[in-house]
Amino acid sequence: MPDTLTKFIFGRLSWDSLPLHEPIVVATFIAVALGGIALLGAITYFKLWTYLWREWFTSVDHKKIGIMYMVLGLVMLLRGFSDAIMMRLQQAIAFNGSEGYLNSHHYDQIFTAHGVIMIFFVAMPFVTGLMNFVVPLQIGARDVSFPFLNNFSFWMTVGGAVLVMASLFVGEFARTGWLAYPPLSGIGYSPDVGVDYYIWALQVAGVGTTLSGINLICTIIKMRAPGMTMMRMPVFTWTSLCTNVLIVASFPVLTAVLAMLSLDRYVGTNFFTNDFGGNPMMYVNLIWIWGHPEVYILILPLFGVFSEVTSTFSGKRLFGYTSMVYATVVITILSYLVWLHHFFTMGSGASVNSFFGITTMIISIPTGAKIFNWLFTMYRGRIRFELPMMWTVAFMLTFTVGGMTGVLLAVPPADFVLHNSLFLIAHFHNVIIGGVLFGLFAGIAYWWPKAFGFKLDPFWGKVSFWCWVVGFWFAFMPLYILGLMGVTRRMRVFDDPSLQIWFVIAAFGAVLIAAGIAAFLVQIFVSIRRREALTDPTGDPWDGRTLEWSTSSPPPAYNFAFTPVVRDNDAWWDMKKAGYVRPLSGFKPIHMPSNTGTGIILAGFSVTLGFAMIWYIWWLAALSFVCLIATAIGHTFNYVRDFHIPAGEVTRTEEARTSLLAAQG
Amino acid sequence: MKRFGALLLFPLAGLLSGCDLVVLAPAGDVAAQQRDLLVVSTLLMLIIIVPVMALTVFFAWRYRQSNAAATYAPDWDHSTKLELVIWAAPLLIIICLGALTWLGTHLLDPYRRIDRIEPGQPVTQNHKPLRVEVVALDWKWLFIYPDYGIASVNELAAPVNQPIDFRITSSAVMNSFYIPALAGQIYAMPGMETKLHAVINQAGTYSGFSANYSGAGFSGMRFAFHGMSDDAFGQWVAQTRTASAKLDRDSYLDLEKPSENEPVRHYASVDPDLYGAILNLCVERGKMCMSEMMSIDAKGGLGLAGVRNTLPLQYDKVARRGAIFGNDPSYVASICTAEEAAAVSRASREDWPTYWPAKNLSPLRGAGLLRPGTESRSAEADTPSFGLLRREL
Repeated sequence: MPDTLTKFIFGRLSWDSLPLHEPIVVATFIAVALGGIALLGAITYFKLWTYLWREWFTSVDHKKIGIMYMVLGLVMLLRGFSDAIMMRLQQAIAFNGSEGYLNSHHYDQIFTAHGVIMIFFVAMPFVTGLMNFVVPLQIGARDVSFPFLNNFSFWMTVGGAVLVMASLFVGEFARTGWLAYPPLSGIGYSPDVGVDYYIWALQVAGVGTTLSGINLICTIIKMRAPGMTMMRMPVFTWTSLCTNVLIVASFPVLTAVLAMLSLDRYVGTNFFTNDFGGNPMMYVNLIWIWGHPEVYILILPLFGVFSEVTSTFSGKRLFGYTSMVYATVVITILSYLVWLHHFFTMGSGASVNSFFGITTMIISIPTGAKIFNWLFTMYRGRIRFELPMMWTVAFMLTFTVGGMTGVLLAVPPADFVLHNSLFLIAHFHNVIIGGVLFGLFAGIAYWWPKAFGFKLDPFWGKVSFWCWVVGFWFAFMPLYILGLMGVTRRMRVFDDPSLQIWFVIAAFGAVLIAAGIAAFLVQIFVSIRRREALTDPTGDPWDGRTLEWSTSSPPPAYNFAFTPVVRDNDAWWDMKKAGYVRPLSGFKPIHMPSNTGTGIILAGFSVTLGFAMIWYIWWLAALSFVCLIATAIGHTFNYVRDFHIPAGEVTRTEEARTSLLAAQG
Repeated sequence: MKRFGALLLFPLAGLLSGCDLVVLAPAGDVAAQQRDLLVVSTLLMLIIIVPVMALTVFFAWRYRQSNAAATYAPDWDHSTKLELVIWAAPLLIIICLGALTWLGTHLLDPYRRIDRIEPGQPVTQNHKPLRVEVVALDWKWLFIYPDYGIASVNELAAPVNQPIDFRITSSAVMNSFYIPALAGQIYAMPGMETKLHAVINQAGTYSGFSANYSGAGFSGMRFAFHGMSDDAFGQWVAQTRTASAKLDRDSYLDLEKPSENEPVRHYASVDPDLYGAILNLCVERGKMCMSEMMSIDAKGGLGLAGVRNTLPLQYDKVARRGAIFGNDPSYVASICTAEEAAAVSRASREDWPTYWPAKNLSPLRGAGLLRPGTESRSAEADTPSFGLLRREL
């Protein structure tokens, strides 16, 4: 075939693009391929494709989409963590002239991928999944405002993840750090496909995140049960609302800044180049105007989880609900006024630095108030130390340390000596693991029985808990010390042998965390095996306080046969105390949205478009773009969008629950 | 558990004593002041962190379900007094910390000249600062001593107790110039200049490096910083002057090419214009300096003619590539005289006769619009801003 024709068909994709010279990648590929074939084979063997397609992939049910988000987060956690442990191993052995086992080409991709994956494809799906599952149940709604959009958002997030995963085996990922600062990420210094993978993965996933933000805001504003005023919303719903406001206000900035970077890379504009009047610092500003709110996007919903968990397991109303809500709103607003603290060291003046340093510190006031509120919720409670509560106490002890080091970094002169050091790495892992991840595990243990009708196995949960908590301290306390020794981040080799012992301790911590992840997987497996013993027929295993515990576990497709009426901010607690009686008759047909495969098809075209743009396969890009638009327009002509669950079926479902509850006595 | 915890602290203390916490024990006065602020801030915050952690453990233990003796108040959810305390206590700490931050940030602003050599010893007229121009290259550091006309790669020397005045830039990508023992870091960015003022108080060899990831050779981008007595520094300068290599534009362009783990190099002389040219991205001859471009722009720019003033890049600077749909790699040519500018403009018109200039678009851009009351347009109406330039010349 003539060269030009090959180029036309495949763009810059060639056999050389496959990383066959990297034995680690080849071995990973073989393992993933075998695992993938086994999984696909099993699905085919058990004839599950139709089931998966009808019941899950095309589902617009917020509960199923929420669960799929969690599965995505878990799968990507394994990938992101593999990167972490590879880094820890490299840094633990690359001393005394040893180059370690990773060359810079590979190592630099690993730390970039680790950051990108953990933030965008682990933390974000987990958080979004939790909100998707819980929020409609908590506000007494039957689904989100735009169920199809919800399915589409999910598949776009998967699309982004697919592109990141593809970069492992076809081509390479960015070697720029997770925020891809130009000029390093410009075409001049990163001419390969890595940064393009980064851009397109984030753009595709970003569409999903933004749309899901809009969806959840609408849901919370418009679909609350009668009587649920704003100040009667559960705290988790409040924090979700604030998070989604942050998403909608900040993700467009990310989209815009990545679009400008793509223009620099594809059509030769000069937004962020050194020459021709470009200004790389503008990129740094813009990406952090998105990036700082992003941190709060991740943590706020988990603050909500801790509020729910503390109040439920202390058997007590949440202390200071009003101040909790105001603290959340204040954090939401302030999170826009602090972005510059990520680059105090780029030469802004003392007054600018002080301003942003002080605004950053001010955030610690509402955050501190929250901690005190949880503390005084525990005060005079009857605390049951089930798994979610254990995670919460671990969070309170861990997160305060992370918060303190965070405020320390907000003092500009201190930041001048700690910026980009391993102290910083320890700080943000301290708040992200100690806050976001501990919160997610609390949330998963808390709402798992609601999603599946049986509790998680407590023994393996405790094994996982202790491995994670102890592993975290082992993995990151050495990094604080290394930071004080002046060790900077993203180093591949070291020449000072006195540092090695700390890296070895940190690697040991990472191994403990690996055990924690393994124990979590075992916990899920064991719980599924023992689901009969762990079953919860009541739908309210923790003596809960909010509306999601009023319905069955798992909830029926329609969530609530009758929309509940709310009189208090602990709505279900109030109903229980008031002697609420479940209605047993008079069911009506329920209007529900229909499933559709359009979301997954649109996301498929988006991935193809991204892949084609990455590899300069213009015909495919054009084709998939046309298909994308045509499918989207075509979908607007689909008028079969809803159906009614007949009253008879509702009655049957509710009667089944009645007899189950009766069997409990 | 607690007792075991105390036992565990012994090996930890042993480990800590064996390592060099340079950030907490620096050898330069600026870094020492930054360390003080760090320690004071930490102590201030511990005032609130320690009680919170202690209360967490205490409440968790005291109000456990099995402790029936503890009070249980399931509906108690508000106390105005407590609310006041939990908002006021962090607020007070932050007010103190904020005041400390405001002062510390201004006093320790890296752009501000230092006013003391060490505690109790103010900077006087006798302290002539040592000027050092720092360039972060892919992946090594170039230090130019304009006062001595010498330069070194991956080695920096300075006399103790003498203010050092750093000017910092980068050739290609962002780096961060950091010597933990000396002072806090500051970014080195291409086309931009940052400043750092510091002083080293103890003789010794300290490590310096880039604290911002800059590509493949980043890990090896380290240098030794020697704090020396005046005599030793004099000898170092004299020894550097005996080096055979000289640093001019050509040898700089050679040095600038990416390389990893570079050994120390010395240059006996340096082109005095070199640093300015690096900063303005115009080491290559014929390329317009950014300062020049900005002064032209400040006077109204070259209008549309300026857009065409790009020449194809003949050489391959590092690895500059054009974007797939963009122009070929190009650069803005330097203009010394109005005639040259006009010639560039003419040349580009000949390149592109059908397109340029179809009509005079400059009024649309607002450039070169006639002032009210002036006569009709002159002959060079389609390159109006040259008029501005010429008047200046």
